Amino acid sequence: MKGERYSDLRSREGDESWFYSKTVKEHFFNPKNFMNDDEVENYEYDGLGMVGSPACGDVMKVWIKVDEKGEKIKDLKWQTFGCASAIASTSVMSVMVTEKGGMKIKDALKLRPKDILKRLGGLPKIKIHCSVLGDQALRAAIDDYLKRKKRMTGKENEN
Amino acid sequence: MKKEIYFDNAATTKVREEVIEEMEKFFDEKYGNPSSFHYKGLEAKKAVDEARKRVARILNCKADEIVFTGGGTESINLALKGVAFANRSRGKHIITTKIEHPAVLNSCKWLEKQGFDVSYVDVDADGLVKIDEFKKAIREDTILISAMYANNEIGVVQNISEIGKIARERGIYFHSDGCQAAGALDIDADKLNVDLLTLNGSKIYGPKGVGLLYIRDGVRIEPWIHGGGQERGMRGGTENVAGIVGFAKALELVQNEREKENERLIILRDRLIEGLLKIKDTRLNGHRTKRLPNNVNVSFFDIEGESILLHLNEKGIFASTGSACSSHSLEPSHVLLALGLPHEVAHGSIRFSLGKETKEEDVDYVLRVIPEIVSDLRKISPIKINNAKGSNEK
Repeated sequence: MKGERYSDLRSREGDESWFYSKTVKEHFFNPKNFMNDDEVENYEYDGLGMVGSPACGDVMKVWIKVDEKGEKIKDLKWQTFGCASAIASTSVMSVMVTEKGGMKIKDALKLRPKDILKRLGGLPKIKIHCSVLGDQALRAAIDDYLKRKKRMTGKENEN
Repeated sequence: MKKEIYFDNAATTKVREEVIEEMEKFFDEKYGNPSSFHYKGLEAKKAVDEARKRVARILNCKADEIVFTGGGTESINLALKGVAFANRSRGKHIITTKIEHPAVLNSCKWLEKQGFDVSYVDVDADGLVKIDEFKKAIREDTILISAMYANNEIGVVQNISEIGKIARERGIYFHSDGCQAAGALDIDADKLNVDLLTLNGSKIYGPKGVGLLYIRDGVRIEPWIHGGGQERGMRGGTENVAGIVGFAKALELVQNEREKENERLIILRDRLIEGLLKIKDTRLNGHRTKRLPNNVNVSFFDIEGESILLHLNEKGIFASTGSACSSHSLEPSHVLLALGLPHEVAHGSIRFSLGKETKEEDVDYVLRVIPEIVSDLRKISPIKINNAKGSNEK
Protein backbone atom coordinates (compact mmCIF):
# COMPACT_ATOMS: atom_id res chain seq x y z
CA MET A 1 0.00 0.00 0.00
CA LYS A 2 1.65 3.16 -1.18
CA GLY A 3 1.74 6.19 1.01
CA GLU A 4 0.19 6.79 4.35
CA ARG A 5 -1.02 10.00 5.92
CA TYR A 6 -0.64 9.66 9.64
CA SER A 7 2.93 10.29 10.57
CA ASP A 8 3.18 7.00 12.40
CA LEU A 9 2.39 5.22 9.16
CA ARG A 10 3.96 7.45 6.59
CA SER A 11 6.83 6.40 4.41
CA ARG A 12 8.19 9.32 2.49
CA GLU A 13 9.71 8.53 -0.85
CA GLY A 14 13.27 9.86 -0.98
CA ASP A 15 14.03 12.97 0.96
CA GLU A 16 11.11 15.16 -0.08
CA SER A 17 10.88 18.27 1.97
CA TRP A 18 7.43 19.25 3.15
CA PHE A 19 8.31 22.81 3.78
CA TYR A 20 6.38 25.19 1.61
CA SER A 21 7.89 28.32 0.06
CA LYS A 22 7.08 31.75 1.46
CA THR A 23 4.86 32.41 -1.54
CA VAL A 24 2.87 29.24 -1.08
CA LYS A 25 2.37 30.04 2.58
CA GLU A 26 1.37 33.61 1.78
CA HIS A 27 -1.27 32.45 -0.70
CA PHE A 28 -2.47 29.76 1.67
CA PHE A 29 -2.83 31.94 4.76
CA ASN A 30 -4.03 34.99 2.82
CA PRO A 31 -5.69 33.68 -0.32
CA LYS A 32 -6.45 36.27 -3.01
CA ASN A 33 -9.56 36.62 -5.16
CA PHE A 34 -11.55 33.84 -3.58
CA MET A 35 -15.31 33.80 -3.99
CA ASN A 36 -17.24 34.31 -0.80
CA ASP A 37 -20.30 32.11 -0.37
CA ASP A 38 -22.64 35.08 -0.04
CA GLU A 39 -21.24 36.66 -3.22
CA VAL A 40 -22.01 33.65 -5.42
CA GLU A 41 -25.71 34.46 -5.89
CA ASN A 42 -25.07 37.92 -7.30
CA TYR A 43 -21.84 37.39 -9.21
CA GLU A 44 -22.51 37.90 -12.90
CA TYR A 45 -19.98 35.67 -14.56
CA ASP A 46 -19.20 34.93 -18.17
CA GLY A 47 -17.52 31.57 -17.69
CA LEU A 48 -17.63 28.90 -14.99
CA GLY A 49 -15.33 25.88 -14.71
CA MET A 50 -15.04 23.15 -12.10
CA VAL A 51 -12.41 20.39 -12.05
CA GLY A 52 -11.26 17.62 -9.76
CA SER A 53 -13.37 15.45 -7.50
CA PRO A 54 -14.08 15.43 -3.77
CA ALA A 55 -13.27 11.74 -3.75
CA CYS A 56 -9.73 12.57 -4.86
CA GLY A 57 -9.37 15.38 -2.35
CA ASP A 58 -9.02 18.24 -4.84
CA VAL A 59 -11.80 20.40 -6.30
CA MET A 60 -11.35 23.81 -7.90
CA LYS A 61 -14.17 26.06 -9.09
CA VAL A 62 -13.35 29.15 -11.15
CA TRP A 63 -15.60 32.04 -12.23
CA ILE A 64 -14.40 34.57 -14.83
CA LYS A 65 -15.67 37.91 -16.11
CA VAL A 66 -14.62 38.90 -19.60
CA ASP A 67 -14.57 42.46 -20.98
CA GLU A 68 -17.10 43.68 -23.58
CA LYS A 69 -14.67 43.31 -26.47
CA GLY A 70 -14.37 39.67 -25.47
CA GLU A 71 -10.62 39.87 -25.29
CA LYS A 72 -9.49 40.21 -21.69
CA ILE A 73 -10.32 38.44 -18.45
CA LYS A 74 -11.17 41.37 -16.23
CA ASP A 75 -12.03 39.41 -13.09
CA LEU A 76 -11.53 35.88 -11.73
CA LYS A 77 -12.83 34.33 -8.55
CA TRP A 78 -12.37 30.83 -7.24
CA GLN A 79 -13.15 28.29 -4.55
CA THR A 80 -10.98 25.28 -3.70
CA PHE A 81 -11.35 22.13 -1.63
CA GLY A 82 -7.89 20.73 -1.09
CA CYS A 83 -4.54 21.02 0.60
CA ALA A 84 -2.32 24.09 0.93
CA SER A 85 -0.75 23.43 -2.48
CA ALA A 86 -4.15 23.33 -4.13
CA ILE A 87 -5.37 26.50 -2.43
CA ALA A 88 -2.11 28.36 -3.13
CA SER A 89 -2.14 27.21 -6.77
CA THR A 90 -5.61 28.57 -7.43
CA SER A 91 -4.85 31.78 -5.56
CA VAL A 92 -1.61 32.51 -7.39
CA MET A 93 -3.21 31.60 -10.72
CA SER A 94 -5.99 34.09 -10.00
CA VAL A 95 -3.42 36.83 -9.41
CA MET A 96 -1.46 35.98 -12.55
CA VAL A 97 -4.60 36.15 -14.68
CA THR A 98 -6.08 39.37 -13.27
CA GLU A 99 -3.00 41.49 -12.56
CA LYS A 100 -2.00 44.43 -14.75
CA GLY A 101 -5.53 44.93 -16.01
CA GLY A 102 -6.12 41.30 -16.81
CA MET A 103 -4.74 38.73 -19.25
CA LYS A 104 -5.95 38.45 -22.79
CA ILE A 105 -7.85 35.21 -23.29
CA LYS A 106 -5.36 33.97 -25.83
CA ASP A 107 -2.57 34.55 -23.33
CA ALA A 108 -4.48 32.91 -20.52
CA LEU A 109 -4.87 29.84 -22.71
CA LYS A 110 -1.10 29.77 -23.10
CA LEU A 111 -0.59 29.61 -19.32
CA ARG A 112 1.02 26.34 -18.27
CA PRO A 113 1.29 24.53 -14.90
CA LYS A 114 5.00 25.29 -14.84
CA ASP A 115 4.21 29.01 -14.90
CA ILE A 116 2.07 28.56 -11.81
CA LEU A 117 4.82 26.47 -10.20
CA LYS A 118 7.43 29.11 -10.96
CA ARG A 119 5.32 31.90 -9.50
CA LEU A 120 4.76 29.80 -6.37
CA GLY A 121 8.47 29.27 -5.91
CA GLY A 122 8.03 25.56 -6.42
CA LEU A 123 6.00 22.81 -4.80
CA PRO A 124 7.01 19.46 -3.27
CA LYS A 125 7.17 16.84 -6.03
CA ILE A 126 4.07 15.03 -4.93
CA LYS A 127 2.09 18.27 -5.00
CA ILE A 128 2.85 19.25 -8.56
CA HIS A 129 -0.49 17.89 -9.70
CA CYS A 130 -2.10 20.77 -7.79
CA SER A 131 -0.59 23.27 -10.20
CA VAL A 132 -1.84 21.15 -13.09
CA LEU A 133 -5.34 21.23 -11.61
CA GLY A 134 -5.15 25.02 -11.25
CA ASP A 135 -4.30 25.32 -14.92
CA GLN A 136 -7.15 22.96 -15.84
CA ALA A 137 -9.63 24.95 -13.77
CA LEU A 138 -8.74 28.14 -15.63
CA ARG A 139 -9.03 26.36 -18.94
CA ALA A 140 -12.43 24.95 -17.99
CA ALA A 141 -13.74 28.43 -17.16
CA ILE A 142 -12.43 29.84 -20.44
CA ASP A 143 -13.86 26.92 -22.43
CA ASP A 144 -17.21 27.51 -20.78
CA TYR A 145 -17.08 31.21 -21.71
CA LEU A 146 -16.23 30.41 -25.33
CA LYS A 147 -19.05 27.87 -25.55
CA ARG A 148 -21.57 30.37 -24.21
CA LYS A 149 -20.28 33.03 -26.59
CA LYS A 150 -20.74 30.67 -29.51
CA ARG A 151 -24.24 29.84 -28.37
CA MET A 152 -25.10 33.54 -28.07
CA THR A 153 -23.74 34.47 -31.49
CA GLY A 154 -25.44 31.37 -32.87
CA LYS A 155 -28.78 32.56 -31.45
CA GLU A 156 -28.21 36.05 -32.81
CA ASN A 157 -27.58 34.67 -36.26
CA GLU A 158 -30.80 32.69 -36.09
CA ASN A 159 -32.98 35.77 -35.72
CA MET B 1 9.43 30.52 22.43
CA LYS B 2 6.40 29.82 20.29
CA LYS B 3 3.64 27.89 21.99
CA GLU B 4 3.83 24.16 21.23
CA ILE B 5 0.98 21.82 21.98
CA TYR B 6 1.60 18.24 20.99
CA PHE B 7 -1.53 16.34 20.04
CA ASP B 8 0.14 13.56 18.07
CA ASN B 9 0.97 11.01 20.79
CA ALA B 10 -0.39 8.19 18.67
CA ALA B 11 2.46 8.89 16.27
CA THR B 12 5.10 8.95 18.95
CA THR B 13 5.66 10.22 22.47
CA LYS B 14 8.21 12.17 24.42
CA VAL B 15 10.55 9.91 26.34
CA ARG B 16 10.01 10.45 30.04
CA GLU B 17 12.74 11.44 32.49
CA GLU B 18 12.74 8.24 34.51
CA VAL B 19 13.21 6.25 31.34
CA ILE B 20 16.10 8.40 30.13
CA GLU B 21 17.73 8.07 33.56
CA GLU B 22 17.60 4.30 33.41
CA MET B 23 18.89 4.21 29.85
CA GLU B 24 21.78 6.62 30.25
CA LYS B 25 24.24 4.32 31.97
CA PHE B 26 23.95 1.80 29.18
CA PHE B 27 25.52 4.20 26.72
CA ASP B 28 28.80 5.02 28.39
CA GLU B 29 29.00 2.91 31.53
CA LYS B 30 27.39 -0.46 31.06
CA TYR B 31 27.99 -0.50 27.34
CA GLY B 32 28.97 -4.13 26.89
CA ASN B 33 27.62 -6.62 24.38
CA PRO B 34 25.39 -9.11 26.23
CA SER B 35 26.96 -11.98 24.28
CA SER B 36 30.51 -11.16 25.33
CA PHE B 37 32.29 -13.54 27.67
CA HIS B 38 33.58 -11.10 30.29
CA TYR B 39 32.20 -8.99 33.11
CA LYS B 40 31.33 -6.11 30.81
CA GLY B 41 29.22 -8.44 28.69
CA LEU B 42 27.69 -10.12 31.71
CA GLU B 43 26.62 -6.81 33.18
CA ALA B 44 24.77 -5.96 29.96
CA LYS B 45 23.26 -9.45 29.74
CA LYS B 46 21.95 -9.14 33.29
CA ALA B 47 20.25 -5.88 32.38
CA VAL B 48 18.49 -7.44 29.40
CA ASP B 49 17.43 -10.46 31.46
CA GLU B 50 16.09 -8.19 34.18
CA ALA B 51 14.15 -6.17 31.64
CA ARG B 52 12.74 -9.35 30.17
CA LYS B 53 11.55 -10.53 33.61
CA ARG B 54 9.93 -7.17 34.33
CA VAL B 55 8.04 -7.24 31.07
CA ALA B 56 7.01 -10.87 31.56
CA ARG B 57 5.49 -9.95 34.91
CA ILE B 58 3.32 -7.35 33.20
CA LEU B 59 2.25 -9.70 30.42
CA ASN B 60 1.76 -12.53 32.92
CA CYS B 61 3.97 -14.85 30.90
CA LYS B 62 7.32 -16.60 31.10
CA ALA B 63 10.46 -14.56 30.52
CA ASP B 64 11.57 -16.65 27.59
CA GLU B 65 8.28 -16.05 25.83
CA ILE B 66 9.49 -12.48 25.21
CA VAL B 67 11.58 -11.61 22.15
CA PHE B 68 12.92 -8.08 21.99
CA THR B 69 12.93 -6.54 18.52
CA GLY B 70 13.66 -3.26 16.77
CA GLY B 71 10.11 -1.98 17.05
CA GLY B 72 6.45 -2.69 16.47
CA THR B 73 6.77 -3.07 12.73
CA GLU B 74 9.55 -5.61 13.09
CA SER B 75 7.57 -7.60 15.66
CA ILE B 76 4.59 -7.68 13.34
CA ASN B 77 6.73 -8.84 10.43
CA LEU B 78 8.19 -11.60 12.59
CA ALA B 79 4.80 -12.70 13.86
CA LEU B 80 3.09 -12.85 10.49
CA LYS B 81 5.89 -14.06 8.26
CA GLY B 82 7.47 -16.27 10.92
CA VAL B 83 4.22 -18.09 11.70
CA ALA B 84 3.14 -18.29 8.07
CA PHE B 85 6.34 -19.90 6.91
CA ALA B 86 6.67 -22.24 9.89
CA ASN B 87 3.15 -23.58 9.36
CA ARG B 88 3.03 -23.70 5.59
CA SER B 89 2.63 -27.45 5.58
CA ARG B 90 -0.47 -27.18 7.76
CA GLY B 91 -2.22 -24.51 5.77
CA LYS B 92 -1.92 -21.32 3.82
CA HIS B 93 -4.82 -19.17 4.96
CA ILE B 94 -4.54 -16.07 7.15
CA ILE B 95 -7.35 -13.89 8.46
CA THR B 96 -6.95 -10.27 9.46
CA THR B 97 -9.04 -7.07 9.50
CA LYS B 98 -9.42 -4.17 7.10
CA ILE B 99 -8.28 -1.64 9.69
CA GLU B 100 -4.88 -3.03 10.63
CA HIS B 101 -1.70 -1.00 10.66
CA PRO B 102 0.13 -1.03 7.30
CA ALA B 103 2.80 -3.24 8.88
CA VAL B 104 0.18 -5.99 9.09
CA LEU B 105 -1.52 -5.23 5.78
CA ASN B 106 1.68 -4.95 3.77
CA SER B 107 3.13 -8.08 5.36
CA CYS B 108 -0.07 -9.85 4.35
CA LYS B 109 0.16 -8.49 0.82
CA TRP B 110 3.70 -9.83 0.61
CA LEU B 111 2.58 -13.19 1.97
CA GLU B 112 -0.12 -13.31 -0.71
CA LYS B 113 2.62 -12.99 -3.29
CA GLN B 114 4.35 -15.93 -1.66
CA GLY B 115 1.28 -18.08 -2.17
CA PHE B 116 -0.71 -17.53 1.00
CA ASP B 117 -4.41 -16.61 0.99
CA VAL B 118 -5.48 -13.71 3.14
CA SER B 119 -9.02 -12.74 4.14
CA TYR B 120 -9.59 -9.17 5.31
CA VAL B 121 -12.58 -9.02 7.65
CA ASP B 122 -14.89 -6.00 7.60
CA VAL B 123 -15.63 -3.67 10.48
CA ASP B 124 -18.92 -1.95 11.22
CA ALA B 125 -19.54 1.77 10.89
CA ASP B 126 -18.01 2.34 14.35
CA GLY B 127 -14.86 0.42 13.52
CA LEU B 128 -15.69 -2.67 15.57
CA VAL B 129 -14.73 -5.97 14.04
CA LYS B 130 -17.65 -8.19 13.07
CA ILE B 131 -16.97 -11.30 15.15
CA ASP B 132 -19.29 -13.44 13.05
CA GLU B 133 -17.33 -12.55 9.96
CA PHE B 134 -14.22 -13.95 11.61
CA LYS B 135 -16.03 -17.21 12.27
CA LYS B 136 -17.31 -17.34 8.71
CA ALA B 137 -13.88 -16.65 7.29
CA ILE B 138 -12.24 -19.58 9.04
CA ARG B 139 -11.26 -22.42 6.71
CA GLU B 140 -9.77 -25.87 7.21
CA ASP B 141 -6.40 -24.47 6.28
CA THR B 142 -6.41 -21.28 8.37
CA ILE B 143 -3.18 -21.03 10.34
CA LEU B 144 -3.20 -17.51 11.72
CA ILE B 145 -5.56 -14.72 12.73
CA SER B 146 -4.26 -11.20 13.36
CA ALA B 147 -6.39 -8.44 14.84
CA MET B 148 -5.21 -5.21 16.40
CA TYR B 149 -6.12 -4.50 20.01
CA ALA B 150 -6.58 -0.73 19.63
CA ASN B 151 -6.55 1.14 16.33
CA ASN B 152 -4.03 3.94 15.91
CA GLU B 153 -6.20 6.16 13.71
CA ILE B 154 -9.61 6.05 15.38
CA GLY B 155 -8.64 4.54 18.73
CA VAL B 156 -11.30 1.84 18.60
CA VAL B 157 -10.72 -1.08 20.99
CA GLN B 158 -11.57 -4.61 19.86
CA ASN B 159 -12.78 -7.53 21.94
CA ILE B 160 -9.50 -9.36 21.64
CA SER B 161 -10.16 -12.09 24.19
CA GLU B 162 -13.27 -13.15 22.32
CA ILE B 163 -11.46 -13.38 19.00
CA GLY B 164 -8.69 -15.27 20.78
CA LYS B 165 -11.20 -17.71 22.20
CA ILE B 166 -12.57 -18.45 18.73
CA ALA B 167 -9.07 -18.94 17.36
CA ARG B 168 -8.14 -21.29 20.17
CA GLU B 169 -11.25 -23.41 19.72
CA ARG B 170 -10.25 -23.97 16.12
CA GLY B 171 -6.56 -24.52 16.81
CA ILE B 172 -5.54 -21.36 14.99
CA TYR B 173 -2.73 -19.09 16.17
CA PHE B 174 -3.83 -15.61 17.18
CA HIS B 175 -1.66 -12.48 16.97
CA SER B 176 -2.61 -9.03 18.14
CA ASP B 177 -0.88 -5.72 17.47
CA GLY B 178 -1.01 -4.06 20.87
CA CYS B 179 1.21 -1.05 20.19
CA GLN B 180 -1.47 1.57 20.81
CA ALA B 181 -3.04 -0.39 23.67
CA ALA B 182 -0.04 -0.79 25.97
CA GLY B 183 -0.47 2.63 27.53
CA ALA B 184 -4.09 2.25 28.51
CA LEU B 185 -5.30 -1.33 28.51
CA ASP B 186 -4.68 -4.66 30.20
CA ILE B 187 -2.01 -6.61 28.31
CA ASP B 188 -2.17 -9.90 30.23
CA ALA B 189 -1.47 -12.45 27.51
CA ASP B 190 -3.62 -15.13 29.12
CA LYS B 191 -6.63 -12.89 29.62
CA LEU B 192 -6.37 -11.76 26.01
CA ASN B 193 -6.16 -15.33 24.72
CA VAL B 194 -3.31 -14.36 22.42
CA ASP B 195 -0.54 -16.59 21.13
CA LEU B 196 1.47 -13.64 19.89
CA LEU B 197 1.42 -9.99 20.97
CA THR B 198 3.29 -7.03 19.51
CA LEU B 199 4.29 -4.09 21.69
CA ASN B 200 6.63 -1.15 21.19
CA GLY B 201 8.30 1.63 23.14
CA SER B 202 7.63 4.73 21.10
CA LYS B 203 3.95 5.10 21.99
CA ILE B 204 4.42 4.73 25.76
CA TYR B 205 6.96 7.45 26.57
CA GLY B 206 9.78 5.04 25.84
CA PRO B 207 12.50 5.05 23.20
CA LYS B 208 11.90 4.61 19.49
CA GLY B 209 13.41 1.64 17.69
CA VAL B 210 12.60 -1.02 20.28
CA GLY B 211 9.68 -3.39 20.64
CA LEU B 212 8.84 -6.93 21.55
CA LEU B 213 6.96 -9.94 20.36
CA TYR B 214 5.36 -12.20 22.95
CA ILE B 215 5.39 -15.77 21.62
CA ARG B 216 3.45 -18.31 23.65
CA ASP B 217 5.36 -21.52 24.42
CA GLY B 218 4.69 -24.09 21.77
CA VAL B 219 3.90 -21.72 18.89
CA ARG B 220 5.62 -22.87 15.71
CA ILE B 221 7.42 -19.85 14.31
CA GLU B 222 10.50 -19.19 12.22
CA PRO B 223 12.91 -16.38 13.00
CA TRP B 224 13.02 -13.63 10.47
CA ILE B 225 16.26 -11.85 11.23
CA HIS B 226 19.09 -14.35 11.13
CA GLY B 227 22.36 -13.56 12.80
CA GLY B 228 24.26 -14.37 15.94
CA GLY B 229 21.51 -16.38 17.58
CA GLN B 230 20.42 -13.66 20.01
CA GLU B 231 16.99 -13.81 21.66
CA ARG B 232 17.24 -17.61 21.72
CA GLY B 233 17.70 -17.68 17.99
CA MET B 234 14.53 -15.74 17.31
CA ARG B 235 16.12 -12.41 16.45
CA GLY B 236 19.72 -11.93 15.43
CA GLY B 237 21.68 -8.81 16.20
CA THR B 238 23.40 -7.23 19.16
CA GLU B 239 20.69 -6.28 21.61
CA ASN B 240 19.73 -2.63 21.96
CA VAL B 241 20.44 -2.82 25.69
CA ALA B 242 19.67 0.80 26.50
CA GLY B 243 16.49 0.65 24.44
CA ILE B 244 15.35 -2.61 26.00
CA VAL B 245 15.92 -1.33 29.53
CA GLY B 246 14.14 1.92 28.69
CA PHE B 247 11.25 0.05 27.10
CA ALA B 248 10.77 -2.14 30.15
CA LYS B 249 10.83 0.89 32.45
CA ALA B 250 8.37 2.79 30.25
CA LEU B 251 6.00 -0.17 30.13
CA GLU B 252 6.11 -0.59 33.91
CA LEU B 253 5.35 3.06 34.47
CA VAL B 254 2.39 3.32 32.08
CA GLN B 255 0.87 0.09 33.26
CA ASN B 256 1.15 1.15 36.92
CA GLU B 257 -0.45 4.51 36.21
CA ARG B 258 -2.98 3.55 33.63
CA GLU B 259 -6.12 3.51 35.72
CA LYS B 260 -5.63 6.98 37.05
CA GLU B 261 -4.24 8.32 33.81
CA ASN B 262 -7.15 6.87 31.82
CA GLU B 263 -9.60 8.61 34.13
CA ARG B 264 -7.81 11.91 33.61
CA LEU B 265 -7.51 11.48 29.86
CA ILE B 266 -11.11 10.45 29.33
CA ILE B 267 -12.30 13.69 30.88
CA LEU B 268 -10.03 15.71 28.57
CA ARG B 269 -10.83 13.57 25.54
CA ASP B 270 -14.57 13.93 26.06
CA ARG B 271 -14.20 17.67 26.61
CA LEU B 272 -12.42 17.93 23.27
CA ILE B 273 -14.93 15.70 21.48
CA GLU B 274 -17.95 17.60 22.81
CA GLY B 275 -16.39 20.93 21.96
CA LEU B 276 -15.51 19.88 18.42
CA LEU B 277 -18.92 18.37 17.74
CA LYS B 278 -20.47 21.74 18.52
CA ILE B 279 -19.03 22.91 15.20
CA LYS B 280 -21.63 22.19 12.58
CA ASP B 281 -21.08 19.50 9.93
CA THR B 282 -18.53 17.69 12.07
CA ARG B 283 -18.55 14.01 12.91
CA LEU B 284 -16.64 11.74 15.28
CA ASN B 285 -14.96 8.78 13.60
CA GLY B 286 -15.02 5.49 15.48
CA HIS B 287 -17.05 4.20 18.41
CA ARG B 288 -17.87 6.88 20.95
CA THR B 289 -16.89 4.93 24.07
CA LYS B 290 -15.07 1.78 22.97
CA ARG B 291 -12.06 3.87 22.13
CA LEU B 292 -8.73 4.74 23.68
CA PRO B 293 -8.87 7.38 26.42
CA ASN B 294 -6.57 9.64 24.41
CA ASN B 295 -7.98 9.40 20.88
CA VAL B 296 -10.11 11.99 19.11
CA ASN B 297 -10.66 11.58 15.38
CA VAL B 298 -13.13 13.91 13.70
CA SER B 299 -14.07 14.84 10.17
CA PHE B 300 -14.91 18.42 9.26
CA PHE B 301 -17.12 18.36 6.18
CA ASP B 302 -16.28 20.38 3.08
CA ILE B 303 -12.63 21.02 3.86
CA GLU B 304 -9.39 19.09 3.58
CA GLY B 305 -7.17 17.73 6.33
CA GLU B 306 -3.70 18.88 5.36
CA SER B 307 -4.82 22.48 5.07
CA ILE B 308 -6.38 22.24 8.54
CA LEU B 309 -3.12 20.83 9.89
CA LEU B 310 -1.10 23.66 8.38
CA HIS B 311 -3.31 26.22 10.12
CA LEU B 312 -3.03 24.31 13.39
CA ASN B 313 0.72 24.10 12.91
CA GLU B 314 0.93 27.89 12.65
CA LYS B 315 -0.91 28.11 15.94
CA GLY B 316 1.55 25.67 17.55
CA ILE B 317 -0.85 22.73 17.61
CA PHE B 318 0.52 19.47 16.25
CA ALA B 319 -1.95 16.84 15.05
CA SER B 320 -2.48 14.36 12.22
CA THR B 321 -4.81 13.75 9.27
CA GLY B 322 -6.37 10.93 7.28
CA SER B 323 -6.36 12.93 4.08
CA ALA B 324 -4.76 11.58 0.94
CA CYS B 325 -3.09 14.92 0.27
CA SER B 326 -0.34 13.96 2.65
CA SER B 327 0.32 10.67 0.92
CA HIS B 328 1.34 9.51 -2.53
CA SER B 329 -1.89 7.88 -3.48
CA LEU B 330 -5.26 9.42 -4.13
CA GLU B 331 -6.80 7.22 -1.48
CA PRO B 332 -7.44 8.65 1.97
CA SER B 333 -7.12 6.61 5.17
CA HIS B 334 -7.99 2.95 4.62
CA VAL B 335 -9.37 2.83 8.15
CA LEU B 336 -11.84 5.64 7.57
CA LEU B 337 -12.89 4.14 4.24
CA ALA B 338 -13.44 0.80 6.01
CA LEU B 339 -15.95 2.59 8.24
CA GLY B 340 -17.91 3.34 5.10
CA LEU B 341 -17.15 7.05 5.06
CA PRO B 342 -17.33 8.79 1.70
CA HIS B 343 -13.89 9.77 0.40
CA GLU B 344 -14.39 13.48 0.90
CA VAL B 345 -15.31 12.99 4.56
CA ALA B 346 -12.20 10.88 5.07
CA HIS B 347 -10.14 13.66 3.44
CA GLY B 348 -11.41 16.13 6.01
CA SER B 349 -10.36 14.12 9.06
CA ILE B 350 -8.07 15.23 11.87
CA ARG B 351 -6.70 13.05 14.66
CA PHE B 352 -5.86 14.58 18.04
CA SER B 353 -4.11 12.08 20.31
CA LEU B 354 -3.65 13.33 23.87
CA GLY B 355 -0.85 12.42 26.25
CA LYS B 356 0.59 12.67 29.72
CA GLU B 357 1.45 16.31 29.23
CA THR B 358 -1.91 17.35 27.84
CA LYS B 359 -3.73 19.77 30.10
CA GLU B 360 -7.23 21.17 30.09
CA GLU B 361 -5.97 24.53 28.88
CA ASP B 362 -4.44 22.80 25.83
CA VAL B 363 -7.79 21.30 24.95
CA ASP B 364 -9.46 24.67 25.45
CA TYR B 365 -6.88 26.36 23.24
CA VAL B 366 -7.67 23.96 20.41
CA LEU B 367 -11.39 24.59 20.89
CA ARG B 368 -10.78 28.35 20.74
CA VAL B 369 -8.69 28.16 17.61
CA ILE B 370 -10.36 25.50 15.50
CA PRO B 371 -13.75 27.09 14.72
CA GLU B 372 -12.16 29.99 12.87
CA ILE B 373 -9.81 27.68 10.95
CA VAL B 374 -12.75 25.55 9.89
CA SER B 375 -14.89 28.51 8.87
CA ASP B 376 -12.02 30.19 6.96
CA LEU B 377 -11.45 27.04 4.93
CA ARG B 378 -15.17 26.51 4.40
CA LYS B 379 -15.46 30.06 3.08
CA ILE B 380 -13.19 29.21 0.17
CA SER B 381 -14.52 25.71 -0.47
CA PRO B 382 -16.84 24.82 -3.37
CA ILE B 383 -18.11 21.71 -1.57
CA LYS B 384 -21.21 21.46 0.60
CA ILE B 385 -21.76 17.83 1.47
CA ASN B 386 -24.94 18.36 3.45
CA ASN B 387 -26.84 20.60 1.10
CA ALA B 388 -26.13 20.44 -2.58
CA LYS B 389 -24.31 23.68 -3.30
CA GLY B 390 -26.87 26.06 -4.79
CA SER B 391 -25.97 26.27 -8.42
CA ASN B 392 -26.19 29.73 -9.86
CA GLU B 393 -25.42 28.46 -13.31
CA LYS B 394 -27.23 30.15 -16.15
